[in-house]
Amino acid sequence: MPYADLDLKAGREHGTVWVNLPNSNFDPVKGHRLYNRYLDELEHGEELGFDAIAVNEHHQTAYGLMPSPIVTASALARRTSRAKIAILGSALPLREHPLMVAEEHAMIDVISGGRLISGFVRGIGAEYHTFGVNPTFSHDRFHEAHDLIVRAWTEPGPFAFQGRHYNVQYVNLWPRPYQKPHPPIWIPSQGSKETIDWAAHPDRRYTYLQTFSPASVVQRYLKMYRDTCEGFGYEAEDSQLGWAVPVYVAASDEAAQAEAKPHFEAFRNVFLKMPVEMLLPPGYTSRESLKNVMKAKAAIFGDITLEKSIELGLIICGSPATARQALASYWKDMRFGNLLVLCQFGTLPADLTHRNMELFAREVMPAVKQLTSKAVPA
Amino acid sequence: MAFSQRFIEVDGCRINLRRGGSGEPLLYLHGANGAPAVLPFMEKLAQRFDVLVPEHPGFGASDEPEWLENMHDLAYFYLDVLKSLELRGVHLVGSSLGGWLALEMAVRDASRLKSLVLVGPAGISVPGVSPGDVFLWSPDELARNLFFDPALAEKMIAQPMTPELLDVSLKNRHTVARLGWEPRMHDPFLRKWLHRVSVPVKIVWGEADKILPVAYAGEFKRLMPGAEIEIIPRCGHLPQTERPEEFCDIVTRFTGMG
Repeated sequence: MPYADLDLKAGREHGTVWVNLPNSNFDPVKGHRLYNRYLDELEHGEELGFDAIAVNEHHQTAYGLMPSPIVTASALARRTSRAKIAILGSALPLREHPLMVAEEHAMIDVISGGRLISGFVRGIGAEYHTFGVNPTFSHDRFHEAHDLIVRAWTEPGPFAFQGRHYNVQYVNLWPRPYQKPHPPIWIPSQGSKETIDWAAHPDRRYTYLQTFSPASVVQRYLKMYRDTCEGFGYEAEDSQLGWAVPVYVAASDEAAQAEAKPHFEAFRNVFLKMPVEMLLPPGYTSRESLKNVMKAKAAIFGDITLEKSIELGLIICGSPATARQALASYWKDMRFGNLLVLCQFGTLPADLTHRNMELFAREVMPAVKQLTSKAVPA
Repeated sequence: MAFSQRFIEVDGCRINLRRGGSGEPLLYLHGANGAPAVLPFMEKLAQRFDVLVPEHPGFGASDEPEWLENMHDLAYFYLDVLKSLELRGVHLVGSSLGGWLALEMAVRDASRLKSLVLVGPAGISVPGVSPGDVFLWSPDELARNLFFDPALAEKMIAQPMTPELLDVSLKNRHTVARLGWEPRMHDPFLRKWLHRVSVPVKIVWGEADKILPVAYAGEFKRLMPGAEIEIIPRCGHLPQTERPEEFCDIVTRFTGMG
């Protein structure tokens, strides 16, 4: 949900649209129009036959206008009736109290009659700068908050919870979630062994969703997830694996590329851009991962064209036939059970977004549904 | 002056300790960048003191103990170090994060201390004054904000980054974040207890400090009226590195060793 009206020149000159781009760049009147446009688009997803509608959480950035996905998911809960609503996800360590997350998710699950998919994330590194939450305790807080939320959803209250970061004398959730034992939990990730080990554990078997990465990287991590499950002594269901990828389809390959190019490049090269110190504060990742990122710095932090991005599988872009073929071919390597398609990205305007969604739903989604069990717009 | 180097173990944590010179004991508590080498100011101080330069837990070649979660842990650890090494009448010299550490030690137990020299110490917040964001700066920006003299910054930037240096720098950075990410480089409760520092205090500040602006010195003076303040003109965050002669003179005069 980007601030598509951003003055791209200002964003580029500032070096990043995260953390400290002055909020004088945000115009609330334009914001009003954008929010209502995006909500219309998300609602339209249900009419087009998508299985689920996904929202996510980012803070103090022009990259995304959803500091609280709870607000958007709540609106969707009342305006839709069939589609699942996926919060991908709530940034647990950034929240002052996990019980608030447990309560809000439970409310949406009850209001929607059990249509919630709960996602849990740690928030990206930049958000530890934004909130001042200590990134060296990020994993600890995430795991402890998760334990508290799941126990609050499933165990009869009241009970006491004693942790290192959270201590509650009376955990006694009103409302309890609609779904039994609790809403499905998805773990969106940019890829890390620690996260996969945790999500794949037989006690959890959470759906692992690889977000915005080159297809070869997606394939590597989805395979790592399957191998990890095997190491735990069970075979992963395809439904435990997901891929989140921008998609743009138009009448022909040429038209699709010409239309998507400026908007996707703004997404990739302005909205996503930030210095390594912002992206990876100390303790957010292991020091080994940090060193690997620093080694690949040029590839990660440099600009990438649309053409190169298509080649890398950072975006599916082309005619419906090209998109069907690309997805079928990627599916063979990845066997993702869930495909989350970003039908809007960067500065992509309403008319192109609308046409993209319609065309994808009509001419690509049926083929994808035959490959996988689910397809999800965001 | 030759410094010895050995590991000592206190509270189950091995730390790297350099020691040189003779005289009254002087314990130097390093800041965020650690103490990877014997610097000229240490050599000079060792002409008059028994200088001890440990690398804190979580820094350099020292262990990273599980128990290290905040500055209070580190203060108790160093009080145990003083006891373990049977040191008494110690002159504590702390720079930046190390100055904060010295204060956290002194408010808890000053019985083994003789004086405090604080060099651009962290540890408090000053209303309306923002410290530099050491976590958001690139390594080059950090170097340029450390010194008044640009030549010193360029020298630091030109230093080749070996894999070993990178490992140490990431380790140090991690520990600094653990201790000082939030609240940023201070303990909101420390100011309440600064009156418990019962030994003479000297506060040294570089006038051009871009990490912790010199306005901090005034706030410390307000909180610790007995402290002597010395502002060094044309100097950044590390007077001991940028002005070693002047800095060592201040220390020796203040401690009566001059």
